[in-house]
Order: sequence, then C-alpha cells, then structure tokens
Amino acid sequence: MAKIIGSIDKREIPNGVLDITLHRDDLRSRAPRALTPTVIPPGGVEDKIVVLVDDVLFSGRTIRAALDALGEVGRPAQVQLAVLVDRGHRQLPIRADYVGKNLPTSADEIVRVSISEIDEIDQIVIAGANES
Amino acid sequence: MSPDKSTELPRHLLSIGDLNHDQALLILDTAEELAKISDAPIKKLPTLRGRTIVNLFYEDSTRTRISFEAAAKRLSADVINFSAKGSSVSKGESLKDTALTLQAMGADAVVLRHPESGAANRLAAWTNGVVINAGDGTHEHPTQALLDAFTIRRHLGTVGSDLAGKQIAIVGDVLHSRVARSNVLLLNLLGAKITLVAPPTLIPVGVESWPVDISYAIDEVLPEVDAVMMLRVQSERMQNSFFPSTREYSRLFGLNLDRMNLLPKGALILHPGPMNRGLEISAECADSVQSVILEQVANGVSVRMAVLYLLLGGNIGVSS
Repeated sequence: MAKIIGSIDKREIPNGVLDITLHRDDLRSRAPRALTPTVIPPGGVEDKIVVLVDDVLFSGRTIRAALDALGEVGRPAQVQLAVLVDRGHRQLPIRADYVGKNLPTSADEIVRVSISEIDEIDQIVIAGANES
Repeated sequence: MSPDKSTELPRHLLSIGDLNHDQALLILDTAEELAKISDAPIKKLPTLRGRTIVNLFYEDSTRTRISFEAAAKRLSADVINFSAKGSSVSKGESLKDTALTLQAMGADAVVLRHPESGAANRLAAWTNGVVINAGDGTHEHPTQALLDAFTIRRHLGTVGSDLAGKQIAIVGDVLHSRVARSNVLLLNLLGAKITLVAPPTLIPVGVESWPVDISYAIDEVLPEVDAVMMLRVQSERMQNSFFPSTREYSRLFGLNLDRMNLLPKGALILHPGPMNRGLEISAECADSVQSVILEQVANGVSVRMAVLYLLLGGNIGVSS
C-alpha cells in the first residue's frame, strides 16, 4: 500500500509494523501471547499523517489498542484507518477512513484474509463458526 | 492464537531446570522486543496494570531488586519492596507467615531472594501467587542466567536463535555460586559448551554429572572462548579456608590485563556483580571495551520485564 501511494505521490512513503499485544484489553482472559517485532517507520511518526492498516475491522478493540501503542511511539499530526474488510459488529466507537470491502457477516463467523505478498494468494474466506 | 503447549511457561520461575529449550528462547525473544521499550520516549506499558508484585528480599541486593522494580514499573504493576531488615522478620516471623501475610494483602507475585537454597520452592507451595526466584542460597538465580544468555546472544550475533557451539568459560567460586548453577543449566540448554575454571576446593561435589568440562588452568582456557564469565568470590559464604590467600587467588584465577590479551578478538567479559575489583577481576578488565558488565545490568530490566509479562500477563489463577 505504501508503494502504491508512493507511486501516485511520487515520493517514498515510510512504513512500519506495530505489535499491539501489550496494549490489548483482553490479555487477562488468555495465556500470555508471544510478542512480534515492532518496526518504527524511518523518520518516526512525530507530526506525520499516519495511516493504520489492518486486514479485518471487527469489534474495533484491536484499533483501540493500536492507537494506544502508537501514542507511545510519538504524537502523529493525524491518524487514519484503512482496512481491507469491514465486517461490522463494532463494540467501540471506531470507524475506518478507507474500506476495501464492506462484508456483512454474522458475529460468530470467521473472516480470513490472504494476500499474495504473504500467503501467495489473494482471497477472503468466510468460514462458519464450527470450521476454524 | 493460543501458544504452543511446549512454550507455555511453568507457573513459577524457580529454576532454569523447569524450562525447556523453546521456553528459554521465548523469554529471550520476548525480552528482545521489550528492550525496544527502553529506547522509546515513553518507557511505560499498561500491560500489568492492577497487578501487585512484592519484592521479598532476605538478603542484600542492589541490582536485582532495583532491576525487578524497574521492570515491574515499566509494565505498570504496583511494586511493594520488602527487606528483612526493619520488618517483623527481626521479631522472629517465619518465611511462611510472612508469605501468608503478603498473600492476604493481595500480592499477585512474589520475587524472593533468600539465603537458604530451596526457599523459593517452599514458598511456591505455600502461596497462590506466582513465585519468582531471585536467588536462593547457593542453588539458583534464574533471571541472572537469562540476562547473561541474552547479553551473550546479542553480542555474538545469534539473536533469534540459541548459542549452539559457543564456548563459554565460567571462572571462580563455582561452589557458592547460584549464578553458575543457573548458567550451566541455561547455557547447556541453549547448546553452548561450558568450561568451569576454579581451584579444586571451589568445585562442587558431584560436578561430574554436570554437562561441563573442568579446568584448573585459566590461561589454557581463555584463548578458546567466545565469552568468559567471572564469578564473585563470595567471602560472606566462606571462612577463608578455600584458598591460601586472596592474593594467591587473584594471581592464579583473577582476570588481569595479561590474561585479557589471551582472549580472542571480540570475546566478551561478563560478571554478575557486585565486583571485587582487584580480586577476581582487575579494574582495567572490568572497564575495557570487551566488558559487557554494565550492559548486563541494562539487559536485566528487559529480561525481567519478559519474565513478568510471560508469568503475569495472561490469565493467571484462572486455570488453577
């Protein structure tokens, strides 16, 4: 996504990765999870416009945690949210600025997104609650 | 998302012997991520908000207690420091009664430093909370071994994997050293080859069953190693009968400038602290570029944050 925006904007868009595990509000309900690397974009986020990207927007709790995690890295000028799939069932007052596809689902279904850069295939699968 | 069974840590951290290879790596990898927090402008995470951790110290300690306290505070836990001096222990209260008192006050975890070997194991049987062994007598000091391995791994360029094939010498008072016991277990678990160097009187009985080589000649060992760990001569635990004089010990087993020149380029010098400068290690060696002694202290905070997160960050108490 950074590459595409960069090709439109004719400049390099720095990108990074945010691990939000330590900011989750449901840590207490499960065994501790292993952490994954956080990569701060070169140049940091201070006074920049930051676009958070996630595959599926569901309850909104992940994004809430991400906003907290981002706040620890710095103070961006503006934070926007882009998601590939918005499946509804929000539990917090959060909405995406950019949505790939609105996908009406039932709350107990599971939505799995694969993208060719990681999974060698572009697809979105809605699985029933029982097959996981 | 639930972690693999094999990497789920035991409830308490009492001994390195309770960990398997993957669990040890999980702690080191988690510490690697948490170390980045120490570089961030805001060194604070909400992860352990509302958890209470008691530092229960029956022995004097500077770096271990402060390190645990800093680690707990960076994860937003509430920390209560307890030292035996100035407490009801001096009125004769037993460890068990103290532990039950702390439990009644709602401690989620107890970090215990005690002069008797096995104290942490006893405590674990008495309380519902998580027990973390911060050194028990001459038995073990697991978080020290973890931070030593973490430091070695960072410098020998093997972050993300173990220490397979690395040569590590542990020099000095092995007999009284809980640091040495924990390190032998952990470094062996991670695949390193360990050589113990000490006067015969300071080598423990039963060492044949340890996964180590023994040497009495430090000068023959040093040219081969990737890291050398100097141990403190624990004068408080010995009655001066283990070697003729401190000067002789220093001459035969101390790390000085000449011996440091025997080390291969890039080999590390570690010391768990506090140092007896001029006895087991000379000032030139302790302050040299090869010395990572201060880094060990800094890394201690990250490693202890990892241990606290992995033991207290999840659903403790629910499964039991």
